[in-house]
Amino acid sequence: MKPASFDYARCDSADEALALLKEHGDEARIMAGGQSLMPMLNMRLVRPAIVVDISAIAALSYCRVEGAAVEIGATFTQGALEAWPEVGRRLPLLAAALPEIGHFQTRNRGTVCGSLCHADPSSELPLCLATLGGEVVLRSARRRRTLKAADFQLGLLTTAREPDEMVMAVRYPLARAGFGYAFREIARRHGDFAIVALAAICNGATVRLGVGGVADRPVVREWANLDAGGLADALNEFAWGLDGSDDIHATARYRREMVRRLGKKVIEEARRCAS
Amino acid sequence: MRVLSKTERHRVRFVLNGEPVEGYAEPRLLLTDFLRHEIGATGTHVGCEHGICGACTIRVDGKAVRACLLLAVQAEGRRIDTVEGLAGRDGRLSSLQAAFHRNFALQCGYCTPGFLMSLSEYLERNPAPTEADIRLALSGNLCRCTGYAEIVAAALEAAREMATKPAG
Ligand SMILES: Cc1cc2nc3c(=O)[nH]c(=O)nc-3n(C[C@@H](O)[C@H](O)[C@H](O)COP(=O)(O)OP(=O)(O)OC[C@H]3O[C@@H](n4cnc5c(N)ncnc54)[C@H](O)[C@@H]3O)c2cc1C
Ligand code: FES
Ligand code: FES
Repeated sequence: MKPASFDYARCDSADEALALLKEHGDEARIMAGGQSLMPMLNMRLVRPAIVVDISAIAALSYCRVEGAAVEIGATFTQGALEAWPEVGRRLPLLAAALPEIGHFQTRNRGTVCGSLCHADPSSELPLCLATLGGEVVLRSARRRRTLKAADFQLGLLTTAREPDEMVMAVRYPLARAGFGYAFREIARRHGDFAIVALAAICNGATVRLGVGGVADRPVVREWANLDAGGLADALNEFAWGLDGSDDIHATARYRREMVRRLGKKVIEEARRCAS
Repeated sequence: MRVLSKTERHRVRFVLNGEPVEGYAEPRLLLTDFLRHEIGATGTHVGCEHGICGACTIRVDGKAVRACLLLAVQAEGRRIDTVEGLAGRDGRLSSLQAAFHRNFALQCGYCTPGFLMSLSEYLERNPAPTEADIRLALSGNLCRCTGYAEIVAAALEAAREMATKPAG
């Protein structure tokens, strides 16, 4: 399994990458950490004319608090975020989710933004972004725009990114006082893609739950003032509404059961953290 | 920025296990194949070529990564470490390698370079790991022979030994 041939550009700045995207459009592929793109190239699932390598753009390898969010640049790796001393306090949901993404060796190269752009329905980082209600910053040679998570990720491996656009950064909202955050997933082996992944945010009155791995993208619901019976009903309705299907990893029925059971657990965990 | 044409072979230079090396690569050439066929450093093994098995794990600027998910041209100017660099110049095994040997942590040995390179970074990050830590850290390396128990034992033993004797 070797890639088909392509031209290769190692960019030193975002402007260089954007100029190449403008010139080549659909024929170009950005390479960030390469942890999803390289397997696709090796299996010849994609055959770009040119690979635009952004991984060495040092100016985009940052993570900082900006207003009410943590902004993470396009080349900042998952491993670097995991090692960020403030991740547990500022982004507790991500601190819980990051260790579940592949293995430390893939997190050493895989980027946060690359995972969002890849838009795998069972990926942890897009699920966290959807549940927290974060946003993605895009740029092309002609414009700059910001999209809400739900407007960015449109379906299976599909985003609203135009061929000449690059994701410059992502903004994950900061943890808020009085809220608890929890993340859980189920996979056959550690590091495998999740069969079902769940992210919960709770305070005294409200419950917000995001589910990955079932629909073609993360799905988020929010409820207020639920008692135990109300929660069970809400989870059951949510599980059916996701309209999951059978695949080689699990049946739709198993996935519904996981949304109900693991959903309850992750919500309880988030509530405990909130109090 | 330079655009490297797909139809040509381009010079690639980096520091491999402390020594400068160079060779030529088309953009599509994987770093695994460059190391093995262009440089002749066959210690790095190739299992799956899509990031799953960990046999090809090397260190790039100190970080353990999959060499099958890197292009040779991306190695330009980097510091690359492979299993060949673990033993001393006199051929003496490193603490980690010696612990693998003592604990029968390999049978066919195909997976071993990947395990060693993963652990060589991991034990620097976490010099006092628990068994659970080691099992988690090794979730990205597959072995079809040993059943892992010996590998985990070797890693724990190496960590203990390195804690008392940091040089090796
Ligand atoms: C063994 C293994 C296990 C894994 N397990 C998991 C897992 O459990 N959960 C999980 O979520 N992921 C998992 N992954 C994938 C994860 O490691 C990748 O890091 C991630 O999906 C993509 O990030 P990347 O930086 O490697 O992007 P790349 O592979 O470089 O790119 C992925 C896609 O996004 C595009 N892209 C990247 N960056 C940008 C940008 N800034 N602007 C526009 N487009 C861009 C690329 O063109 C490409 O189409 C696994 C990978 C491996 C090899
Ligand atoms: S050959 Fe690279 S991970 Fe399997
Ligand atoms: S020793 Fe044979 S695969 Fe691990």
